[in-house]
Parts: sequence; structure tokens; C-alpha cells
Amino acid sequence: MTIDLTETTTGAIHDALMQARRQVGGAALGMVLTLIIVTDESAQYDSVRAASQAGREHPCRVLGVIIRNPAGRSRLDAEIRVGEGGPGETLLLRMHGPLGQHADSVIAPLVLPDTPVVTWWPGQAPAIPSADPLGALAQRRVTDAAASDKPRQMLTALASGYRPGDTDLSWTRATSWRSLLAATFDQPYGNMTSGTVSAEQHNPSADLIATWLAGRLGIPVAREVSAGPGITEVSFATADGDITLSRPDGRTATLAKPGQAERRVALHRRETTELLAEELRRLDPDEVYAEALARFAVHPVDEGTSA
Amino acid sequence: MITQGSAAGDLWAVNPLRDPRDRRIPRVAGPCVLVMFGVTGDLARKKLLPAIYDLANRGLLPPGFSLVGFARRDWENEDFAKLTYDAIKEHARTPFRETVWQQVYEGVRFVQGEFGDDAAFDRLAETVKQLDAERGTGGNCAFYLSIPPKAFPDVVQQLKRSGLSEAGQPHSGIQPWRRVVIEKPFGHDLASAKELNAILDAVFPAHSVFRIDHYLGKETVQNILALRFANTLYEPIWNRGYVDHVQITMAEDIGTGGRAGYYDGIGAARDVIQNHLLQLLALTAMEEPLSFDADSLRAEKEKALSAIRLPADLATGTARGQYAAGWQGGIQVPGFLEEEGIPTDSRTETYAAVRLGVDTRRWAGVPFFLRTGKRLPRRMTEIALMFQRAPHLPFAATDTEELGQNALVIRVQPDEGVTVRFGSKVPGSAMEVRDVNMDFAYGESFTESSPEAYERLLLDVLIGDPPLFPRQEEVELSWRILDPIEEFWAEHTKPEPYQAGSSGPASADALMGTSGRAWRRL
Ligand SMILES: NC(=O)c1ccc[n+]([C@@H]2O[C@H](COP(=O)([O-])OP(=O)(O)OC[C@H]3O[C@@H](n4cnc5c(N)ncnc54)[C@H](OP(=O)(O)O)[C@@H]3O)[C@@H](O)[C@H]2O)c1
Repeated sequence: MTIDLTETTTGAIHDALMQARRQVGGAALGMVLTLIIVTDESAQYDSVRAASQAGREHPCRVLGVIIRNPAGRSRLDAEIRVGEGGPGETLLLRMHGPLGQHADSVIAPLVLPDTPVVTWWPGQAPAIPSADPLGALAQRRVTDAAASDKPRQMLTALASGYRPGDTDLSWTRATSWRSLLAATFDQPYGNMTSGTVSAEQHNPSADLIATWLAGRLGIPVAREVSAGPGITEVSFATADGDITLSRPDGRTATLAKPGQAERRVALHRRETTELLAEELRRLDPDEVYAEALARFAVHPVDEGTSA
Repeated sequence: MITQGSAAGDLWAVNPLRDPRDRRIPRVAGPCVLVMFGVTGDLARKKLLPAIYDLANRGLLPPGFSLVGFARRDWENEDFAKLTYDAIKEHARTPFRETVWQQVYEGVRFVQGEFGDDAAFDRLAETVKQLDAERGTGGNCAFYLSIPPKAFPDVVQQLKRSGLSEAGQPHSGIQPWRRVVIEKPFGHDLASAKELNAILDAVFPAHSVFRIDHYLGKETVQNILALRFANTLYEPIWNRGYVDHVQITMAEDIGTGGRAGYYDGIGAARDVIQNHLLQLLALTAMEEPLSFDADSLRAEKEKALSAIRLPADLATGTARGQYAAGWQGGIQVPGFLEEEGIPTDSRTETYAAVRLGVDTRRWAGVPFFLRTGKRLPRRMTEIALMFQRAPHLPFAATDTEELGQNALVIRVQPDEGVTVRFGSKVPGSAMEVRDVNMDFAYGESFTESSPEAYERLLLDVLIGDPPLFPRQEEVELSWRILDPIEEFWAEHTKPEPYQAGSSGPASADALMGTSGRAWRRL
């Protein structure tokens, strides 16, 4: 059911929620976390939908924060959805006027007790997520450098503002590549001298993978620009010849190793829902991300340079 | 839940991209071939082949992973690929993706032959060798025997004769492995279990034999360990000081179905109590293991199994029944003796219950009641700890008439979860106390993330992670518990009939004793 409340208060929202729960019957029990989405009117639909789909794996209370018309009069409008196409509850909170500056005062009373809080900025994010009032409410803060106009600068900014609990979806997007690369090195390989990561120009995931590889393998890893989609190839020069993992079509990767037949493996680009589900699966600080990010700030990769 | 075994640990030591802190990168199987016998069988089509696809879809199978089917049908690779495709389409848990199917498909091979046919096994050996060369499977090979146990000796001998069981020379400095996977039944008594093991043992070392008890692959069963050893709330009351008795139940609503031939002469106790229920008992009763590695976990389970004591009088301490015709779930069903393939004078039981003691300081005097049966009202598996009543109730007797025993119930299937039952005040001006439930449902807190038991177990086989697989010692200990009961039954009793759709024979109720204990409702 959907309930619309205009010019409302958190108390009224809370009462409406309780009533909705009683009518829908038990649907909202067992929620495991609160997910705050800081977004705008144009992006809210996609991000809230991704969140409710991810909520099938992690039933949660989604609090969509939409700041509108900052110059106007202070006003809070709420749209409450309970028991619609999935477990959990979704609240869209539109904050007008100066209230937008105090969104945390609206959100804090609506956060579920006793369960973790995650804040996600699907679009522009503050450079220091933990210093943002809505970030401060959460133990997990999820940004997306790929949504920024200048992804590399965003990564550098995130590195200097990093606090344990920060993560970025561009790092989440790297997981399937990183898993496959790790599996590749489970088998014996010759002495490596250098590596290359090829991807579209603006692809912070590729930048982080290059940085991560350079850090773990202790070799220079160059970042090259390709036509995409996304990341197209990761290769290593070894004493026995090149090891290459290429994915020209964004769906299937081919692994080529010296002296072995080529092997193909599914490596599709994941939807936001899947990324979010991975992000919500573990809520402890991601130290490996922190290391890659810190390294990026010191040795920023760019076309033609090596991490 | 269960920690990495040594195999995975070794990988991390040599692979610079693996880091135990990197929790996003999953445990992925190393390069290998899986050779499956009995691919046309029920188990292969409904569980194993779909599980392989699901693993591939989750990115947990390595590039080059290959699957070889062996069966007597006159088939080509394409026919086996079709069977695999259909099995996946129908039974896989995760959504179908063409790219993932292509990845699986590229590694699919089929070898035709009888188990007695030397040439067929030579062709199999050749196929595995080719896959090694073509797809870089590193000389690693697992054999899944999804076939009737009477075919084991032939297959195992053939694996030896054809040289397939030999891991061979190191590939680029890494010693390849061989593993063999077998399904229950692990014999039908202690002697036959030892025989079966001797056959395997002659060809495969103990650590490379993986015995599947699919219950141990279930999330709820692994959750017993989390519940007990990750929390402070339960362990203090997990003993004779608080627990009155424990009930472990596996109820089925179906009859013998298509498995009549196998079932006759085996019966409920051998089919279910010997493996699933005793494993659940061991996990419930055992002490805290030093760690969750295979050796520590199995050691604790074995200690618990060794401490099990049979009832002094087997006549009153055990019960067995056979379902008679009746109505089950709104359908009129035949009795066991009328089922096709069952002799009309069969003495095989379809219901079995026992009362066991666990002779440890923790459990002395606490009876464990185990029961299983077919054609019971519904399908349900659970472990229930029934707590003692409060030693004193400061209420008027009428206030607590509806108060039962506190209980903690681990629901293994269906509707996986945990229920705690306790007394609560009924709203109103009088102090009236009644039982209520506090419920944790897996499906609600972690919807859609639970893999199938077989996904977990197959992955563990390919990774070489053994904690979830019972070893031969556990199998033998379980038979030591069951054999005297089976002997007593064979000599002295005939299964007591119970109506299909009822909750079992009357003797099962008698076994609870006169102390006011009763079976939980099915
Ligand atoms: N299904 C279950 O619920 C279940 C439960 C617990 C344990 N298990 C165990 O799992 C294993 C497989 O079970 P299942 O239900 O899949 O059995 P199934 O349906 O009877 O299939 C047995 C398979 O073995 C093959 N086979 C049998 N005898 C053969 C022979 N002489 N030569 C070549 N192939 C032969 C069959 O091939 P054809 O098609 O050519 O006959 C078939 O593929 C067994 O060890 C069983 O005890 C099964």
C-alpha cells in the first residue's frame, strides 16, 4: 500500500507506518538494516528501485532523501510504501526549503533501532562522506565515483577523506574482475614484469584495479584507454609470454595463457541492484579498498602512466 | 560459517592476489575436471547439474572447469549437453544466462560405456587427459559416484585399472589431486560399511573421499554452530541444568515413491537415523570445537557420537511402524505393503523412533528422542530443545494452566529458522500466562541468498575443504549405535501399523515415558 503525507512530521510518518504494517500484516518484520539514499528527483526512481530489489536479499527500510527547492519554505512530504513487490518498507522524503539543510533531523527518528544503517549517494557525493550529517548516521557509506564528473579527482578526494566504513561502487564493480584475476593466479605462472588495464577513459573501476594489481603484485601496471564497454582487457607480461584476460563485448571474457588453449568465462557487467546487494552483504570496513584507494592517491593512474 | 580448509589456505600463501581480509573475492574452485557417474539419474538431474550451473553463475567455477558425464546410453556429447541444459533450465536456482551456459557447455564431454567395459574407461582416461591439455585443468579430477552402491566396486576398480585414480606427476610444480564423492547409503550395517570403505580405501586415501550428507550442506544446520558458538545467549543453558529433553524429527509426507526397490529391507532407521538424525544430534550435543577446521569439528562430533548410550530396554526405548492405507493431505493413499515393488509380508519399517542418552557431564540424564517416518501429516525437519519447567511459579495455578515448556526449535526444513517459545502475559487485568513464539525466519532476514546444499557441498569438494563431510569414523560410530537396535528389531518385533496421514504408531508415544513428556505436534 502507498500512503502520501504532505506537510507532515516524523511523528505522523511513524504513526502511518505502524498502521500500514498492521494492515499489511507482518510484511515488515525481520528487516535487517536501514538504507538511506541521498538523491534528487531525476535519479530517485532508479536508485530506489535498485534498493528495493536488493532488499529481496536484505529486507530493509529504504529512506529516500530528496532535497527540493532550497529557496522555498520549509516543508516535509512523505510517500510511504509497505508490502509492495518485496519485503521491507520504502519511504520517500521530500524536503523543501531550509529543512533540506537539516535532513538528519528527519532521518534520525526514522532509522530502525538495533540494526545497521547504510547511506548511499548514487550521484554526487560529499568528498568526506563521514563528515556529512547523513553519512554520520551510518556505519557504511557508499559513494559512486563513476557518477562524478571527474572520477579520478573524486577518488583522490575520497582517499583523503577516507574513514573505515567508506566504500565506492566503482570498487564493487571491480569485484568480478578481481575474482577472476585471483583465480587466474591460483595456477602457476611465469615471472611477471608488467601489467596493463584497458578500459574506457572514465572508468574508476579500471583505475582501482590497476592500482590494486600494482600494489599486490609489485609490478608497474599501466592504464590504457579503449573504446569499452567498461573494462576490456587486463594483461600481464611474463617470462613465458603474455597472460591476457579480455572482454570485448562486456559479457564473456577469454583467458589466454602461454602454452594453453584459450578459455572463456562469463563476466557480465552487473546491475546496480547486484552491486548494492554485494555492498550490503558485509558491513565491516573494507581494508583492501582502503589500501587501493590510498595507493591511488599517492600514485594516481592516468593514460600512459603506470600505477 | 566454516573456516577455510588448508587447501584454500595454501592458495593464499602463494597467490599474491588473495588476502584473507578481502572478503569480496569468493572462494573459487581451482582448475579441475568433474567426472560424474550416473548422470541420467534423479540426483544428477535434479540437484548436481543445476548446482554446477548455479556455481558457474555465481562466478565460483574457474575458467576451464570441465564436466564429463559417463553413462551407458548410446549418446554423443550433444545428447549429454542437452540433458544438462534441460536439467539446468528446470531446476537451477539462479536465473538462466546464455553466457554462463556457454561457459559450462564448452567444458561438457560425454563418455559412453558400461561399468565393466575396460575400453570405455580407457576412453574416459583419454578424455580427461585431453581436457587437461586443451582446457588447462591442471591434472585435477573429482569423481562423483551418483550410482547405486552395488556399482561402486566395479567403478572404483576401473578407475584404478585405467590409471584415472592416480594423480600423476606435478604440473608446473603443483601436485594434482584426485577426489571421490559418494552418496548415502554408506553400507547397511557396520560390517558392510567397513567393506564399502575397504573398497574405496584400496584406491583412494581417506582424505580424498568425500561422503555427502546433504543435510550438512544446509544453511540452518551450519547455523547450529553459529547459534551455539557465536552467541553468549544459548550456551549457558545448553545443558542438563536447563534442558529437560531434546527431540529431533525428520518427517516426510511422501511414501516410498519410486524408491521402493531400494527402501525394502533398508527402512527408516538406516535411511535417515543412521546419517541425518545422528549428525544433527552430534552437532546439537557436541562440545565447542577448537576451530571449525575439519579435524577439530569431526573430533568433537565423534566424541559426541561415542558418548551415545542405547536405552537399557530396547523394547520400550525404541519404536517402529509401517504406514497403512489412509488419507494423507487430502489424498487417499495405499499402505506400505500395497506399494508397488514391496512384498506383502515386508517387515521393513517406514517409521522409527529411539530414545538415546548422551553420557557426558553436559547431558547426563537428558534423553534425546529421535524420530523419522514416511506418510506423516507434513514434511518437516527440526531440532527442539525442551527446557525444564520453572522450579517455582509465583502465580496461582489457574494463571499458568496454558503455560507449556520453554522451547528452542531449530527448523531445518522447510521454512528454515529458529523459534523460541516462552510464556507471556495475556493482555487484560488478570495475570494469565500463555505460550508465545519469538521467531527468526531465514527467508525473511536473508531472502534469496541461501545457496542449495549441493552448491555448497560441490564447491567444498572442488576446493578440497572437508569439514562438512562425515568421515568413515563417524559412519562406523553411527552403525555401532544402530546395529544393536536393528538386530533387536529383526529378532523380536514387527513394525506396528499406523494410518497414513497420522503422526506415527502408538508405541512411539509410549517411548516418551510416563514423565509427562510428549512428541511435538507434526
Ligand atoms: N535421489 C535421492 O533422493 C537420493 C537420496 C540419497 C542418496 N542417493 C544416492 O545417490 C545416488 C544416485 O541416486 P539417484 O536417485 O540419482 O539414482 P537413480 O535415479 O537410480 O540413478 C542411478 C544412476 O546410475 C546409473 N546406473 C545404475 N546402474 C548402472 C550400471 N550397471 N551401469 C551404468 N550405469 C548404471 C543409472 O543409469 P541408467 O539411466 O542408464 O540406468 C543412473 O544414471 C545413489 O548412490 C543413491 O543411493 C539418492
